[in-house]
Amino acid sequence: MKFKRYSIPYSLWLLVFIVIPLVLVVYYAFTTGDSQDFSTFQFNMENFKRFFTHIYTSVLLRSVNLALVSTVLCLLLGYPIAFIISKEKEKTRNILILFFVIPMWMNFLLRTYAWLALLGKNGIINIIITKLGFQPLDLLYNDSAVLLGMVYNFLPFMVLPIYSVLVKLDPKLVEAAEDLGANRIITFLKVIFPLSLPGVITGISMVFIPAVSTFVISSLLGGNKSNLIGNLIEQQFRYTGDWHFGSAMSIILMIFILLTMIFSYKFDKEKEGDGGGLW
Amino acid sequence: MKKIKSIAMIIIVLSILIVATGCGDSKPKLNVYNWGDYIDMDVLDQFEDEYGIEVVYDTFATNEDLYVKLKQGGSSYDVIFPSDYMIERMIREDLLVKINKDNITNFQKVGQSFLNLEYDPQNEYAVPYMWGTVGIIYNKTKVSQPLDSWADLWDPQYEGQIVMYNSQRDSLAVALLKLGYSINTRNIDELEQAKDELITQKPLVKAYMGDEVKGAVVSGEADVAVVYSGDAVTMIAENPDLEYVVPVEGTNLWFDSMVIPKSTQNQEGAEKFIDFMTRPDIAAKNAEYIGYSSPIPEAVELLDEEVKNDPTAYPSAEVLEKTEVFKDPMDIIKEYDRIWTEVTSQQ
Amino acid sequence: MVEKNLNKLYMAIIFLFLYAPIIILIVFSFNDSKMIGNWNRFTLKWYIELLRDREVLKALYNTILISILTAIISTVIGTIAAIGIYNMNGLGKRLILNLNYIPVLNPDIVTAVSLMTLFRLFGFQFGLTTMLLSHITFCLPYVILSILPKLKQMNKHLAEAAMDLGATPSYTLRKVIIPEIRPGIITGALMAFTLSIDDFVISFFNTGHGVSNLSITIFSMARRGINPVINALSTLMFIGLIILLLIINKRADKNTLKERG
Repeated sequence: MKFKRYSIPYSLWLLVFIVIPLVLVVYYAFTTGDSQDFSTFQFNMENFKRFFTHIYTSVLLRSVNLALVSTVLCLLLGYPIAFIISKEKEKTRNILILFFVIPMWMNFLLRTYAWLALLGKNGIINIIITKLGFQPLDLLYNDSAVLLGMVYNFLPFMVLPIYSVLVKLDPKLVEAAEDLGANRIITFLKVIFPLSLPGVITGISMVFIPAVSTFVISSLLGGNKSNLIGNLIEQQFRYTGDWHFGSAMSIILMIFILLTMIFSYKFDKEKEGDGGGLW
Repeated sequence: MKKIKSIAMIIIVLSILIVATGCGDSKPKLNVYNWGDYIDMDVLDQFEDEYGIEVVYDTFATNEDLYVKLKQGGSSYDVIFPSDYMIERMIREDLLVKINKDNITNFQKVGQSFLNLEYDPQNEYAVPYMWGTVGIIYNKTKVSQPLDSWADLWDPQYEGQIVMYNSQRDSLAVALLKLGYSINTRNIDELEQAKDELITQKPLVKAYMGDEVKGAVVSGEADVAVVYSGDAVTMIAENPDLEYVVPVEGTNLWFDSMVIPKSTQNQEGAEKFIDFMTRPDIAAKNAEYIGYSSPIPEAVELLDEEVKNDPTAYPSAEVLEKTEVFKDPMDIIKEYDRIWTEVTSQQ
Repeated sequence: MVEKNLNKLYMAIIFLFLYAPIIILIVFSFNDSKMIGNWNRFTLKWYIELLRDREVLKALYNTILISILTAIISTVIGTIAAIGIYNMNGLGKRLILNLNYIPVLNPDIVTAVSLMTLFRLFGFQFGLTTMLLSHITFCLPYVILSILPKLKQMNKHLAEAAMDLGATPSYTLRKVIIPEIRPGIITGALMAFTLSIDDFVISFFNTGHGVSNLSITIFSMARRGINPVINALSTLMFIGLIILLLIINKRADKNTLKERG
């Protein structure tokens, strides 16, 4: 077909803006020297050796841990809401889903910042708590605050793909299961949930990827107290100017995520086949 | 279908409008890169009016930030505001141009004690902008006794109340001073001890902050914090319960100056700007607005009595005696980077 | 019945969680104090100051400019690319599709720093251009991924038939293919616009002196306390958004009524 060559401009774009930058990052990762002067670069594995010492790997583990917890929380909170909304009449559910999307159109930094006013020592939640006669709580600048920020920002990414799969689910399947004598819990576990898995997998990756790599949420709500891997990368590029070490960490993060994705999609393929909703 | 067409039309018209209003000014430009919250913005308008030069103003958070930005290239700055040790490093790495003093008519107004300092012995590169000390600010109503030592920042009774600077030199200096070492130590062992101190302190720390420390302490989010003297002035003005103290172990004395980087496209404009900022009435305006201490005696004279005699902003000779100015760590800068990364990565 | 109410309660809690910060922002945009969370008294002064705030207005202008340009350019390139990719076979197609997934799967900080090293290598002056290029780069894959399914749904023989009847490829493209995949194109454009307008990380690493979008301005403001002017701006944007949605909804209702009646 003649339209084949229409992909040429984009192929060039991919080459210049995706492939070459990645090659550059890999090149930086395997060299050391003055980041701004190519003549000083020397090939070695120093950056990776440095990363795999106790302190930096523990940062990666911490990031993965927080991201996993926030993904699970998003799933636990998000699945029921997607399910409830998908049961509504078409008009109602369109409006409800719209209300999930609207916050995403407001600047996420600002929405995260607003949590400072809610969680602060003299913040609104603590005002309510003290009015009720309790001691004020330290809600800000700790891991729970970071987790809350993650769940808050990424919850819609979990709800939307699950919803879009659930809404397309053929009601006859559910009816059939019920006709065959399955109770609602069995129907859910054996029919609805397995069929919604593609949406769940998409949701998980859409929450996990930004959560594991964020540096904004940990710096705004965590008070820069414990770095996440995203903070470390940001620090290397913006603050210490060691692009080599920063690149090495980017590569490690990237490979880690790609492996997770390949694993989860393999699992998804075995189960069902077609990919999830939003993509 | 109609709806889509009308939306498309609206978007096209909007974008043409936006592009059209965006272009079209050909005034000479001056790229100024300063610390956040470190100028009275009206002064910039005044400069633009008087000289017909458009100022493109942007801010950074720490000296290291500024250095990396300058070093990586891709941006051309005309006037930047680094501190003492960073100026020393920039001169050493040949990143700055010499200022033509003939164009800085107000240079003679700079106080004697701010000239011929170690980081720029001949006054060839830098014109001082502000100076100050580092100390502890605390809420008088929330502590059992007045604080007077850096070691108080390790006192468990302030657990979760302490805010430290999110800046490697400043935080390491606190730990080094507590240990009784020089803040310019080149002894790796001493630096490692300071690192361990900071890690021990970590459970007591509420957060590591930049400029946001001001809001946090004023609003009562935190009760004890390490701050620059100038910020302390602003904070005390907003919340009289606060008290600033320079600890007995001594502290860091710092000078922020205006310099012109090699990448400048408009040295003439840059020198005009520096001259303008050194003019006593302008220096006074800035000092009044940001609360920091001006190195221009005539400008200080223009300030309110209350401010002039405020020991927070203008400390006594006795206090100044026990201070030390940061020096460029040169070859061990990597150690500073490593130590700070390790401190902030600790859980 | 109990379950219905429980569902409603749960939904209400989730929506409260989602909207609490937004309500806070709106309420405190009318507060006569710089400090958020500390109610003084009602004022409109931040809305007046907004009109005079050079920094914020310039950031708003940059944000809108970049997102409109990103949406237009990446939709054009993306539509052409999607048609090309759809008509490819074998290894080439698989390669492009996989490369296309890289910016989608990569954490944005990795995309950001890799683009930064690229611009640095080419000696680009960081600023609006670098920001625009990087936005287009990370939006393009989403445009393509929203158009490709529509191409798959299209009748394969439609374009062939048109060309057999003597239509030139460009005529076929304009009159046959594009109308068929229009919903995908619109979704793609909207997605690019939304991704671009809300982006922080990619812009943060790929901007230059004095060029900020709203996210960057807010991030640097967060360090010294957010100016309530920003709250005022986001309130206006929020209200604008709601009005826009209401209008679209109303018109959609009218259209369905017309169709029915």
